[in-house]
Amino acid sequence: MAMNNLDDLNPIQMDVLRELGNIGAGNAATSLAGMLASTIDIGVPVVKTLDYNEVVDFLGGPENVVVGLLVRLKGDISGMMMYILQAAFANKITSTFYGKCLDDITELDEMDQSALCEIGNIMAASYVNAIASLTGLTIDITVPSFCVDMVGAIMSVPAIEFANVGDKVIFIDDHFKIIDGEVKSNMILIPEMDSLALLFSKLGVEV
Amino acid sequence: MSKTITVGISDLNIALAPDILATYALGSCVGICLYDCRSKIAGMAHIMLPWSADSRNSCDNSRRFADTGIAELANMMQSRGADFRCVTAKIAGGAQMFATTSAVFNIGERNVDAVKKVLNKFKIPIVAEETGKNFGRTVFFDAATGEMQIKSATKQTVLV
Repeated sequence: MAMNNLDDLNPIQMDVLRELGNIGAGNAATSLAGMLASTIDIGVPVVKTLDYNEVVDFLGGPENVVVGLLVRLKGDISGMMMYILQAAFANKITSTFYGKCLDDITELDEMDQSALCEIGNIMAASYVNAIASLTGLTIDITVPSFCVDMVGAIMSVPAIEFANVGDKVIFIDDHFKIIDGEVKSNMILIPEMDSLALLFSKLGVEV
Repeated sequence: MSKTITVGISDLNIALAPDILATYALGSCVGICLYDCRSKIAGMAHIMLPWSADSRNSCDNSRRFADTGIAELANMMQSRGADFRCVTAKIAGGAQMFATTSAVFNIGERNVDAVKKVLNKFKIPIVAEETGKNFGRTVFFDAATGEMQIKSATKQTVLV
């Protein structure tokens, strides 16, 4: 059966995505630990397909203000990655990295923005490298675009752009333990269905 | 006691005074508020995309698009007794959330443009507009007064 949207994924395909999520999160934790010069533990990431409304609710409701980092995928795989940082995680990054407490994430200076963009870059590259090294596919990513706003408004961007792909996204819930506190971040992956089919076929998974 | 009726993404609804219509966190989507000040019938639509004809998916939700969404809202208001000779429109949203060098499109701008064309076709005058720029907006529309309130994460609340 052809895959038309993410509802059509079977349990084996979901397992593959989960495993890619695991490897990506592992890579990401290693890179983050290097950047922040601190020990980072990771929990097993939760990977599932959700529709946009579920994503927005999961991320604290439409009006919750978050940091959104948008990365586009090009090359053999096309699609979009949206990395969502809650205020607590953004604060953890800046305080661990250069000792600055963020009182209000709507008032980030250039340094904060570039630090958070770098985190987005690292996270996106970690997942993409996991996929590329397992499949042999060539995947390029763009520099992250940055936005701090209501999560509903941020998620409208992929919802609109991928309206023809369907209402579902691949949602990865990562838990990191940095020094003494546990923080969460979320990677949202919206591949074109052709790209996802190619990815599965490279891994020998039936589509 | 007035109640608040929430309009989700790709959805629409109507309200009578003293109720309030609300839609949360418009990004590139556009919120269209229609109002008949005589009968105090208010309508709100939250559209995602400009034209239904551009959809690749034939079973798509018609409330998703500016043209079919506004048409359905107008019908709904008319069947409740709204007189379209005195209906006016207020619109909000259509932001560009991410500054991007990609030439993909500025969908927010295209949405606003389509909404204006459709309203013009229905001869509904736009009396207030809070569109474009780069931030999300939450919109409340009061059926008692026809006032539209726009809230955002960083800007002051606007009442039009």
